[in-house]
Amino acid sequence: MISSSKRDELIVSKIRNGTVIDHIPAGRALAVLRILGIRGSEGYRVALVMNVESKKIGRKDIVKIEDRVIDEKEASLITLIAPSATINIIRDYVVTEKRHLEVPKQIRGLIKCPNPQCITNNDVEAESKFTTVSIKPLKLKCDYCEIYITEDDVIRQIL
Amino acid sequence: MRSRHVISSLDLTRDDYFRIFELADKFSNVKKLNYLSGKVISLAFFEPSTRTAQSFHTAAIKLGADVIGFESEESTSIAKGENLADTIRMLNNYSDCIVMRHKFDGSALFASEISDIPIINAGDGKHEHPTQALIDLYTIYKVFGEIDGRTFALLGDLKYARTVNSLLRALTRFKPKKVFLISPSQLKVRREILDGLNYPVIETENPYDVIQDIDVLYVTRIQKERFVDEVEYEKVKESYVVDLRLVSMMKKDGIILHPLPRVTEIDRRVDKTANAKYFYQASLAVPVRMALFYEVLGERKDD
Repeated sequence: MISSSKRDELIVSKIRNGTVIDHIPAGRALAVLRILGIRGSEGYRVALVMNVESKKIGRKDIVKIEDRVIDEKEASLITLIAPSATINIIRDYVVTEKRHLEVPKQIRGLIKCPNPQCITNNDVEAESKFTTVSIKPLKLKCDYCEIYITEDDVIRQIL
Repeated sequence: MRSRHVISSLDLTRDDYFRIFELADKFSNVKKLNYLSGKVISLAFFEPSTRTAQSFHTAAIKLGADVIGFESEESTSIAKGENLADTIRMLNNYSDCIVMRHKFDGSALFASEISDIPIINAGDGKHEHPTQALIDLYTIYKVFGEIDGRTFALLGDLKYARTVNSLLRALTRFKPKKVFLISPSQLKVRREILDGLNYPVIETENPYDVIQDIDVLYVTRIQKERFVDEVEYEKVKESYVVDLRLVSMMKKDGIILHPLPRVTEIDRRVDKTANAKYFYQASLAVPVRMALFYEVLGERKDD
């Protein structure tokens, strides 16, 4: 009998160098690709597995990208829509680094305040700044106009 | 004071409130003082205002300060495309304190991050108006001699009224018995304001259900200018009118406050009742703002 992890490996082969983003909540892989700006025409070899079994989170998505590193800004954004995700850096088929993501306490300049009357949407120098109120469920508060935003608001901005 | 800037009611402690009330008492009947002589105060009113701008102006003059500034965006370089940050940098060079009113939420906090001199928030969009809350509480203090233990009701537009946000937050420094929030369902207090309150709050839509318990009825105008959707405004614009019938059911010594301007939400016949204190409230604006200027800019022993 083939185990579920073996079955997943059969769907997507290992990559030599690059990044594997694992434990993405089921259905969010496309949003993760959107954060990374990957639309398909950039030339990266990308593998995507959606809705596979996970002991940790029930069902999950996995994204594998060859020859692509993920910077801090991208990692912070990924935490907002996939707080359970892990980022594995692969070199020569081996995981050389495993990063567990954490939602930052403060999020600067990454997302727009949805309030059109907020100063951050109306002055070229005013950078958006959110403070994390809760992680599960995700709730952020704009430091300027104090409006609350949720995970759905963040996803809406990304997609 | 804990903070040099006054952006939110939460920037003031309970002691700050009482010290400002005592100073306001002291400044109530003075013609002119020279406590702030040599200081320059900028009035940066990017949004139209009559009573707030004029009372700040009068307060500054009465303390001997010089006043510069503007009372509409059209007369500034903003009209030429200058951003808020650059206007604040300019005023920062010319003056010792900036009193700022602006149509955008959070603009006062943004200005305080740029400015080296104190910013006093005279209203930022639908967010806060902390000096109005000072005047509101000072009025209650003058009428009742205390603020703790009173039952409050805030009536009208509780979603977009910045004075409501600031008053609710200022009350966290006191011990209100309870606060009724009376509004149409579309205009309820925003969650981010409610979450920070530390006293009993009861939301309702009908003032007649609670009017007999209230010591302070705080009425607000339904502000057309804050609605993004005019259809939404039309639905709620005349939700409440405080009339003689409602007032007759109030406690004998209960008071009605309003940050003004009033449009149709208080029947003019109510003005003559003993409960109507909104013009008295407006008359206290100058001593309160003098007290605040003195707190922010005056010489102190600990300087």
